[in-house]
Order: sequence, then structure tokens, then C-alpha cells
Amino acid sequence: MNKLQIILSGILKNNPTFVLVLGMCPTLGTTTSAANGMGMGLATMAVLIMSNLVISLVKNIIPDKVRIPAFIVIIASFVTIIQMLMQAFVPALYASLGVFIPLIVVNCIILGRAEAFASKNGAFDSILDGIGIGLGFTASLTVIGAVREILGSGAIFGVSLGSADYMPLVFVLAPGGFLTLGYLMVLFNKLAKK
Amino acid sequence: MKSTLFNMTAVLLGITLVASAGVGVVNMITVEPIAAAEQAAKTEALTRVLPQFDTTETVTKTIDEMQITVYTASQSGQAVGYAVETMSKNGFGGPISLMVGFTPEGEVINVNVLKQTETPGLGTKMADEGNPLLNSVKGHKLTEKKLVNGMLAVTKDGGDVDALTAATISSRAYVDAINRAWMAYKSVVDGIAPSAVSGATKQVPANEPETQKGGKNE
Repeated sequence: MNKLQIILSGILKNNPTFVLVLGMCPTLGTTTSAANGMGMGLATMAVLIMSNLVISLVKNIIPDKVRIPAFIVIIASFVTIIQMLMQAFVPALYASLGVFIPLIVVNCIILGRAEAFASKNGAFDSILDGIGIGLGFTASLTVIGAVREILGSGAIFGVSLGSADYMPLVFVLAPGGFLTLGYLMVLFNKLAKK
Repeated sequence: MKSTLFNMTAVLLGITLVASAGVGVVNMITVEPIAAAEQAAKTEALTRVLPQFDTTETVTKTIDEMQITVYTASQSGQAVGYAVETMSKNGFGGPISLMVGFTPEGEVINVNVLKQTETPGLGTKMADEGNPLLNSVKGHKLTEKKLVNGMLAVTKDGGDVDALTAATISSRAYVDAINRAWMAYKSVVDGIAPSAVSGATKQVPANEPETQKGGKNE
């Protein structure tokens, strides 16, 4: 598989949200606005690239039976490190994303890619896979967040598009998240099939 | 790789050792910047709810088993305002923490949300500029609001604080925290002992100490 294909497959053919349907909990939880979705996507991408790299490097010394606990320890360490670094050096960003960061540990996309890709491929390809899947996840979350924000709060990236009073508030709540996700999934797969 | 008891134990031990060492090292590097950033955030929070000041004096009160800190801000020896770091445990997503600024006359200068984990897009609006909760108290003397049992309350509970749309629980927590700030402020300014706030909107008047009603609320 050539290098560009690895990245593209993460965005289209293996899109984590609309095709693999992984990481639904953070997807529904954090996409109440476009900016939140994007922040979660980028933070996840950072962890995914790092964990894919390390796991692809150490894959040959990890015994099969304990690979999941080993992966989880590696992922959790990176999440903790990124959380502390953000808290120390970009406190403003940390304040707006703070709640989402610990959620990354339990995001099954990261463990899923560790299992499905990084533990079978070399370091460079694993980084590319992290970038591709990360971009796919970020783009999906941003789109879902944007749709929910426009329909639910009448705004986009926090910029109001007029009065929010008559907007169906349900789109900011969980049921609206499911609705948006479902329709976007249909649309994505319909377009991707062509 | 084939698993044996020995290599499983050794690899897991090795990975956890390296991981904990890594986290430990990063913690050592970041512990000071984190403390500095938190201190800067606190100073920033104070300046946002107070007029210009040069010194602050800190008093901590315990109300409903919560630590409420009152910062008395002075400009050339004259008290110019009081900032109260207050909290409520009644938030929808956990405790919320606010900084409330009062003038010496008891008017609310501003309210700044320090910490909250409310539902994004709903309860989180309590931290927005010009949200209905803030507009209901900012620039007002709390004694001139419509009080329920001597306490501030949202319209749904008979008061006149406009709640956030679809976030009544978050709004009640916000009001609860402001009530607690008010108690702490009064206990510092008037020297009376702070009294409980919890459940104030549900309590029968008999449970309320007389000092908080009557004279203060005419």
C-alpha cells in the first residue's frame, strides 16, 4: 500500500466515525459544537500518532496474551503526559478541552488502530495511519459538531448566525446527536459508494 | 510472540516502569508551570470581578462544609471590593466554582465561572458573557432582588433570576453558589456567622436564622 493511500484510507475507506463506527461515546459527547468536536479530534490525533509509533516499535517484544494491557498502559501514559503538558503550557486550551482529554484513554479508535494496524506494520506506516485516522476522526467530529451547532444553537464555531431562540434545542442534546450521526452516516456511505 | 509466565511478567513490569518513569519526569517538569498557570488564572479571575486594587486579604469561611474564600481588595488602605471564591455541589456534571465580586455596598460587580463540568452547549452557557444568569445579578444589589426565604432563586422557584434555557439544574447550582458567596461576603463585612445555604429554596422559613430576613430584605 503506498504512503498516500494509508492516509486517505483513514479519511475515507476506514473513516473511524462513519465507516468503522468506533469511538461513539466521545463522538456523541463532544460534538455539541464545531470547536469542541475539532478540539477532541485533534487531541485524539496527537495521542494516536504517538501511541501508534511506540506500539509499532515495541510490538515484537510484547507477548500476545498481555498485549492489550501493554497497549493500554502506553496509551494512558501518553494521554497523561499530553494532559500535563497542555495544563502547563497552554492553560487556555486545557481549560476548554480539559474534560475531553481523559476520555481519550477509553477511545476505542486508539486501541483499535494499535491492534489492527500498529501491531502489524512498521513505524513510519503507523505514523501515517495515525495521521489519516486522526484527520478522518477530526473531520467527522467537526462536521457533526457544526451541524448540531447550526441546528441547535444557530451558530457556527461560536459565531451566531442570528437568533438562537427558535432553533430546535434537541440537536444540542443526546437525541439530536444520534439523529445527526445517523443521517450523516447514511450520507457519507451513499457518497462513498459511488 | 509466544506468551510464557516469565516474559508476560517481565514485559508488563518493564512497560509500566518506563511509563511511570516517563509520567514522573513530565510531572517534575510541569508541576511548577502548572502551579504558576493556576496562580495566574486566579489573579486574572480576581481582576475580572473587582475594581482596581493593590492588596488583597484572604479569609476562608466554611459554609455547608465547603471552603469559601473571601478576598478583601484594598486600594491605598481603603476596601474597594470583595471577591468571593464560592462553589456549589449541585451542578449537573459535578461541583461548580465561581468568583463573585461585590462592592462594599453589596452590589454584584461581576461573576466569573472558575470551574464547571456542565453539559456542553447547555449548562456551560453559565460561563458566557451576558448570559441570563449573569445579567440577573450583575450590577444588582442582591437585597433588592426578589428573594425566597432570604435567598436568591430562579424564576421557577419563585425568585427572579432568569435560568438558562433547558439547564435549570445548572442554573440552580449557579444561584446556590452565589447565595453562598453572599453569605460569606456578609459574614466578612458585617461580622455575623455564616449560615447554611443548602436547600434554602425548599426549607420552611422557620429553619432560617432571622438575621438573614427582615432587616436585610425590606
